[in-house]
Amino acid sequence: MSNVFELQNISFKYNETSILHEISLQIPRTLITGILGPNGSGKTTLLKVLSGIYNPSKGYVLLNNKPLGQYSRPEIARQIAFLEQNISTSLPFTVREVVEMGRFPWLKPLAPLSLKDREIIDYALNCFDLINKQDQIVETLSGGERQLVSLARAMAQEPKILILDEPTTYLDIGHQSMVMEYLRKWHNHFETTIIMVIHDLNLSSQYCDHLVVLEQGNIVAVGNKNEVLCEELIAKTYKASFSMIKHPVSGVPQFLPFFVD
Amino acid sequence: MKKNNYTLPLMGLILIGSMLITLSIGSVQVPIGLTFKILLDQIPWVVINPDWTVTQEAIIVGLRLPRVFLAVIVGGMLATAGVAFQGVLRNPLADPYILGISSGAAVGAAAAILFVNTANLFLAKLALPLFAFLGAILSLMMVFALAWRRNREAVSLILAGVVIQSFLGAVLSFAVTISGTKLRTIVFWMMGSLTGANWSSIFFLIPYLIICFILIYAFYRNLNILSLGEQAAHHLGMNVERIKILVLLAASLLTAAAVSVVGIIGFVGLIVPHIIRLITGPDHRILIPVACLAGSVFLLWSDTLARTIIPAMEIPIGVITALAGAPFFGYLLKKRI
Repeated sequence: MSNVFELQNISFKYNETSILHEISLQIPRTLITGILGPNGSGKTTLLKVLSGIYNPSKGYVLLNNKPLGQYSRPEIARQIAFLEQNISTSLPFTVREVVEMGRFPWLKPLAPLSLKDREIIDYALNCFDLINKQDQIVETLSGGERQLVSLARAMAQEPKILILDEPTTYLDIGHQSMVMEYLRKWHNHFETTIIMVIHDLNLSSQYCDHLVVLEQGNIVAVGNKNEVLCEELIAKTYKASFSMIKHPVSGVPQFLPFFVD
Repeated sequence: MKKNNYTLPLMGLILIGSMLITLSIGSVQVPIGLTFKILLDQIPWVVINPDWTVTQEAIIVGLRLPRVFLAVIVGGMLATAGVAFQGVLRNPLADPYILGISSGAAVGAAAAILFVNTANLFLAKLALPLFAFLGAILSLMMVFALAWRRNREAVSLILAGVVIQSFLGAVLSFAVTISGTKLRTIVFWMMGSLTGANWSSIFFLIPYLIICFILIYAFYRNLNILSLGEQAAHHLGMNVERIKILVLLAASLLTAAAVSVVGIIGFVGLIVPHIIRLITGPDHRILIPVACLAGSVFLLWSDTLARTIIPAMEIPIGVITALAGAPFFGYLLKKRI
């Protein structure tokens, strides 16, 4: 098993404030990697360093054993799809038009969509059950549906790596598991490497294979989810008290917070 | 989706029809059929037995035709610039006039008239659009510098535009006051006018329109994905900063070239893209060309109104577009924010 990303001594400063401190990390190919950590621990910054939005102030990132800086913007976009939190469009585009935008890195400037492009767009719309909503204006959809539109757009991009920043935030529990199920199906079908920042420990334990825990810009734990998710580490990292139990169906660890007087 | 296949040719037909009708309207009414025949007669190798007077031909071909063409070209330029500014700034209220770009171009043009002393006609002709362009770019930079801190908000950019516009308006008025006779013509820049239309000004503007239109249109997909936000566009592989600057420069150049010939005509770039977006949807592939043609139609009718609404008198065209545009701007402000 090889690594898609290799980070060596990455530091990142934003306005003189140090956010990541000398992080070295490998992210395995074809797994679902979850990045955990309290608010302000540098999770989103780490994602932006991985996707080339932020240039690290020190150290370097290797994507498939080649420095990230040696790829052009479209080359990166043909490998990595990145989903931010709450994407919204400033213009009233339809679902299909937004999914079509995922083809951008594959298209020449003035060339029309090819038959293959249209097939890929149809496929992505079908995957997320959006084909009946394809002519609706995205802004009129619910938050959960909009998240699916963003996922379909990412799928149309045909990435080998999918990076998500808190894909389940602002969603109710039904939509949370729906989004995660869609992601798992996608992952199983295309063997896409998925890297996501996720706040919900219980979801991460159910859906991720590999976990990275950040605290104040340092990595405090990394590895298989069963090694990483232990009561002591979670209590220490999040500065709260938890009871760890086994999920009654899947048997994976689950965390219940409680108050100590 | 399907209806979009027809909007472009339909708008083209509306434009051609409007040109014919507006050519025949004026203090001297010429029947449309006759206007059409006079026009046909202008085409080489087409010979039509003339049943019109020499005066009628002189009015249609000599007076009205250049003016109609100038309105068509300037309207297309301003509407295209408006679509580009709105798309690249992700701001529905952006327009070359509201952002203060037109005022910057007018001050630049005034500076060229005041300070460039050259007997060389060619140089003098070149200096005017060049100075107008520099003025437009400078005012754009000032607007950005003012709005920088809160540039995520649609209103702050517009407020910065208003600040720059009123300041440059004062500079322009001052220049007019102290310059005496030399700059009396500058007054027309502040309200816009197509009265000076002639073929050389039309041939002067055409390359600007074609080159800047192609440049902006070549980035229609980039303008589409920019609506997802700059970061999302970046993640889709767009070189956001470089393309933003290129499109802003092209839109400023369109504005500057138009202003250096006809003066400040406001709100065309605001009204036209908004109305066309309701018909075509936001896809820039179809929006840009349809808005360009619709801008021509809009300015053509505005100018016809300006020269005919009061008999034997001409209202500055900027007055007409502002009377329509300012309430429209107010409506958008109320609706969006």
